Amino acid sequence: MRPEIAPTLRAEGLAVSYGDRSIITDLDLVVPPGKISVIVGANASGKSTLLRSLARLLSPAAGQVCLDGESIHAMPTRELARMVGLLPQSPVAPEGMTVIDLVGRGRAPHQSWWRQWSHSDEETVRHALELTSMLDLAERPVDELSGGQRQRAWIAMALAQDTDILLLDEPTTFLDMAHQIEVLDLVMDLNRTRGRTVMMVLHDLNQACRYADHIVAMKSGRIVAQGPPADLLTAELVDEVFDVRCCVVTDPVSGTPLVIPIGRHHEPRNVARHPFPIH
Amino acid sequence: MDQTVRSATTGIRPATRPLVLLLATFLLAGLCVASLAIGSKTIPFGEVFSVLIDPRGGETEAIVRGLRLPRTLLGLFAGVALGLSGALIQGVTRNPLADPGILGVSAGAGFAVSLAVLAFGLSSFYSYVWFAFAGAAIASVVVYALGGFGRGGATPVKLALAGVAMLALLTSLTSGVLLLDPNALYVYRSWAVGSLTGQDTAIVAQMVPFLLTGTALALSVAPALNSLALGDDVASALGRRIGLIRLGGVVAVTLLAGTVSAVVGPIVFIGLVIPHVARAITGPDYRWILPYTMVLAPCLVLAADILGRVVARPGEIGVGVITAFLGAPFFIALIRRRRLAEL
Ligand SMILES: Nc1ncnc2c1ncn2[C@@H]1O[C@H](COP(=O)(O)OP(=O)(O)OP(=O)(O)O)[C@@H](O)[C@H]1O
Ligand SMILES: [Mg+2]
Repeated sequence: MRPEIAPTLRAEGLAVSYGDRSIITDLDLVVPPGKISVIVGANASGKSTLLRSLARLLSPAAGQVCLDGESIHAMPTRELARMVGLLPQSPVAPEGMTVIDLVGRGRAPHQSWWRQWSHSDEETVRHALELTSMLDLAERPVDELSGGQRQRAWIAMALAQDTDILLLDEPTTFLDMAHQIEVLDLVMDLNRTRGRTVMMVLHDLNQACRYADHIVAMKSGRIVAQGPPADLLTAELVDEVFDVRCCVVTDPVSGTPLVIPIGRHHEPRNVARHPFPIH
Repeated sequence: MDQTVRSATTGIRPATRPLVLLLATFLLAGLCVASLAIGSKTIPFGEVFSVLIDPRGGETEAIVRGLRLPRTLLGLFAGVALGLSGALIQGVTRNPLADPGILGVSAGAGFAVSLAVLAFGLSSFYSYVWFAFAGAAIASVVVYALGGFGRGGATPVKLALAGVAMLALLTSLTSGVLLLDPNALYVYRSWAVGSLTGQDTAIVAQMVPFLLTGTALALSVAPALNSLALGDDVASALGRRIGLIRLGGVVAVTLLAGTVSAVVGPIVFIGLVIPHVARAITGPDYRWILPYTMVLAPCLVLAADILGRVVARPGEIGVGVITAFLGAPFFIALIRRRRLAEL
């Protein structure tokens, strides 16, 4: 069974640079345990960089990342990999690898050289395939799948890793609308019924508002604002983070903020006639 | 739906992998026996066995134990080492066109041989074999260090580029030395034909500790190579220590290919081609690719060596020549059939 209290991942005074190009400086962040958090921000604002640092793919120039108070840089790598999983932005599978083989490789941190494959590995892999509706495609080579199917195969791999904390970098890119909703619903299931902590990068602000408990807005490697979507998402914030004029209304389905960009060729109609109030 | 969810891959059905490996092992055993029996004087199998089990002197024993046994063992070892190091270097650099030579091992060994003759006048095999091994080791350390320099450590592309640069440098330096000293050219040539002949059991026995260490190291990184195949980011997220895996792989390649290059000279194509044959049979799982290359590569080496003895009777053609001759068409077919861009 999973522990009652979900582990907490926390960045303290984090600074990250590629070579001598500093991307993130002095960033403090707590990944809310047991919640879904979504990072939003323009391209190149450092979202992936932050996610990769949280999973120890990058070592910080200053500061540290802690898991339950213990620096992740001092932890054994496999132990960390059993607690924190990361699906990078655009992973590539080797030619000829089947879906089930790919998903099985997510079990690596739970295996050792002499114990390669166990019953629980098998169960977890099957379950991951089931959750992502990939059972029927299990024997197909990954490189022969559509972009969306491929994405689901990778998500299944991340699920097979069976970690308390799951970091997903743009899990809905390449997916059609139905599969985007399916993946996000899946993330929500994992969170609500299994208590997984999820932090993911999304580009769709409306989906972010709908699925996130906590939104982190980034700009130029800094966190501009964070909090629950209903309090956080305002036209001013969107303008600041994305440099886009917009209206924010209430999503008729979920009651969360709904961001409607304006652009240069349109002007908002008479907003009074609009059935939903503007924030 | 099939009930077993155990990783199925392209290639043969997973359940048949052990069986096919066993068959290949029988084939290898058969080739070992054939290699003891076939030659300028063909000896019946029965006699080969009786001489091996019960040494009683005579011409037959001299041929089998004195000449063909070390030669067969050398072919076996060379095959295992070259095959394994080829699969390893392809996995570590994620480059399907990589071959152990990319680390500069054989070029390093060759340069050391020519230098040993030029500088010290060494010409006996026993004296220059250690130079050759040192040359192989130094070359691969330099390639790894150059490839690991700068941001991101030893990435596949940087390793490959460093390897190509090193190869070019060593090859031209070697030609320089050989032009200076005709004696060096003579010794170098006898090393460079890639032949299994002329070694005695003592030399072959000296190779064993290096090859055992290299093989153990190779097999120990196999599961990690499976993670590495998914890319550096995914592999680290799965808890693998990328730098350590690459280093382990490179050390294993140096031990395996370096030892073989020093003793046998450069044998091309085995390390490049056999891992692809293994991959076509097993699919992309290194826990199977490595054992398959360990069996299939010596099959090819021994078959090429036996072929070299019979096609040009009473003379012989070096095994390096035959493998290149067989390997080249195969390699072209491979490139035409498959997309090799990603691994
Ligand atoms: N491997 C790398 N080497 C050097 N610079 C990099 C590397 N990866 C990212 N960067 C730089 O770091 C900055 C932040 O990149 P990052 O990938 O974190 O952005 P992002 O917010 O994820 O963008 P996107 O929405 O496009 O995915 C960019 O300026 C990028 O050019
Ligand atoms: Mg990104």
